[in-house]
Amino acid sequence: MLGKNRLIFPGEKVLLAWSGGPSSSSMVWQVLEGLSRDSAKRLRFVPGIIYVDEGAACGQSPENRAKTLAEVKLVLQTAGMPWHLVALEEVFSLPPSVLQHSTQEPAGTEGAYKAAVDSFLRQQHVLGVEGAENSPSSVQREEQLCRPHTRDPLDPQSLAGSPTAAQTAALARLFDSVKTLTAKEELLQTLRTHLILHVARAHGYSKVMTGDSCTRLAIKLMTNLALGRGAFLAWDTGFSDERHRDVVVVRPMRDYTLKEVAFYNRLFAVPSVFTPAIDTKAPEKASIHRLMEAFILRLQTQFPSTVSTVYRTSEKLVKAPRDGHAAGSPGPRCLLCMCTLDIDDADSATAFGAQTSSRLSQMQPPTLPAEAGTPTVPCCSPGVGRTQGCCRATCGRGDPRACIMEQLCYGCQVNLKDLRSLDSLPPYILAEAQLRRQRAWVMQEVQEYLIEDSDDEAETGQS
Amino acid sequence: MAAPLSVEVEFGGGAELLFDGVKKHQVTLPGQEEPWDIRNLLVWIKKNLLKERPELFIQGDSVRPGILVLINDADWELLGELDYQLQDQDNVLFISTLHGG
Repeated sequence: MLGKNRLIFPGEKVLLAWSGGPSSSSMVWQVLEGLSRDSAKRLRFVPGIIYVDEGAACGQSPENRAKTLAEVKLVLQTAGMPWHLVALEEVFSLPPSVLQHSTQEPAGTEGAYKAAVDSFLRQQHVLGVEGAENSPSSVQREEQLCRPHTRDPLDPQSLAGSPTAAQTAALARLFDSVKTLTAKEELLQTLRTHLILHVARAHGYSKVMTGDSCTRLAIKLMTNLALGRGAFLAWDTGFSDERHRDVVVVRPMRDYTLKEVAFYNRLFAVPSVFTPAIDTKAPEKASIHRLMEAFILRLQTQFPSTVSTVYRTSEKLVKAPRDGHAAGSPGPRCLLCMCTLDIDDADSATAFGAQTSSRLSQMQPPTLPAEAGTPTVPCCSPGVGRTQGCCRATCGRGDPRACIMEQLCYGCQVNLKDLRSLDSLPPYILAEAQLRRQRAWVMQEVQEYLIEDSDDEAETGQS
Repeated sequence: MAAPLSVEVEFGGGAELLFDGVKKHQVTLPGQEEPWDIRNLLVWIKKNLLKERPELFIQGDSVRPGILVLINDADWELLGELDYQLQDQDNVLFISTLHGG
C-alpha cells in the first residue's frame, strides 16, 4: 500500500499513532518488520510511536490507568522505536496555533518522489562506504532508543510529570457535560487528533499513520454520513488526508479487514494492550457509532461483501474543492475538524434546514465584499478599535455559543449542541475562536480600505 | 454418550471483560447424551462462565457479529461453525473486533 502510493519519502519522519488496539499494533509491527528486512522493499522512513492515554475521558481510576501505562511502556520498549507518551489531559495546555491553518504546501509530486529516492540512495551509498554496520543513522537511532521521549512536555515549564489532578478533573468535567455518547466519541476523536497533530509538529514529523482498517473505515463512512459529515468523507476515510497541509495523515491499514488483522496478530503473536474505551460494555444502541458498527457487522455475516462494497465506495470519493472557492484560496476552516466549511449560501437548503433564521444571519461569512460596508455585529464597529476586550465583550454579551458555532462545520455544530456549556472546552479552542473572530474583523476593515482605494484610483483615472 | 472433555477456552480483544477479565479458562465439559459441539459450548459458556451482559457476547444461538472464533488457531468458518464437534484438548479462542471490546 505504501509503495503503491509513493507518499512517504525516504528518510522522512513518520509518526505511528498507536492506540494499543489490534489494527494499530499490527501496523507498528509490520513497520518494524519492514524496517528490519534486508530487501529492496525495505521501508526507508524514520518512525516514531505516539500513544495517547485517554483514561481520564473514559472515567478510569488512577490505579487502572497506571497499570495500563505500565503495560503500554513495556510494549513500546520491545518495539524499540522512539516513542511519545501523552495524556489526553495535555489538551488543556495546547497552544491555539494547533488549530491554525498552515500555509506550507504538502511536499510531494511524482517527480519529487523520484528525486528524493535518488538523493536518499546516493546518501545511503556514501554511508555504506563508511561502514554498513556503524552507519551514523543506526548509531543515531540507538541513541534515540536510549533516551525515549517519555511524555514530552508540550510546554517546557509545565507538565514534566503526570497530568495534574486539576487537568484530569477538567477533562472529566468536559466529558460529563456532554449529553450523548455520540458527541462524546466525536469530541474524543477531535481532541486526540489535535494532540497527535501537535506532537507531530513539535517533533518534525511530516506524516502520521493511523491504523484504520477496512472494516473500521466502512463503519466510519456510514457513521459520518449519519453525523452530517458527508462533505468530508473523502478526507475522513481516504488513504491520505492533507487537510492539515504540513502534517499528512496516512491510513496504510485500509486494505486489511479486522478479521485479517486479528488473525495476523494471533499467528505472529503481535502484542497489543487492551484499554477500555469510552463505549466499552455500552449497549448496541448507545451511540450512532455503536449502532452503525452493529449494523455493518450484522449485514456482513449474511452478505460477506458488505464491508468491501462500502469500503470501495470510499475509495472512489474525490477530494474536489468546493465550487465557490478558487483552488488557491481555501475558504474558512472548521474550528474543530479543520475541514473547509461546508456552510454557505449555496447549500443553505440542506445545512440550514433546522437552523433558525437569526442564526442564519450570523453565519454569513463576515468577509463578503458586499457586506464590507455594513458590519453585521454593531459592537465592534471599525474605528472604535478592535481590542481584545471589545471583541470578547461582543462574544460575551451576545451569544458566546454562536460565536464558536459560526466557525464550525455542520457536523461539528450538531455535536457541540450536545455540550451543555462551551466553557469547559480546552482553552486553546476558545482562544483560537477568539483569534479568528478578531482576524475576521481586521480582514473586514482592510477590505474596506481596499475598496475605497480602488474607487479613488478609478476616479482619479477618469478625471 | 459423550465422555467428559477438557478444553481450553480463551477470550481476547476485550471479550474477556465479560468474563471477569480472565483470558484463559481451562474447563471440563461434563459427559452428556449428545456430542459436544460449538452450539452446546456457547450455551454452556453462557450458563457457567459469562459474568454480565450476555447480549454483548451471544446473539441468538451464535456469537455476536464482530466476534471471531478460532478453533485450534483455525477460523471456525472452515470447520463448520456451530456444528464443529469438540475434541479433547481443543483450544477455542474468541476475539472481539468490536470497538471498545
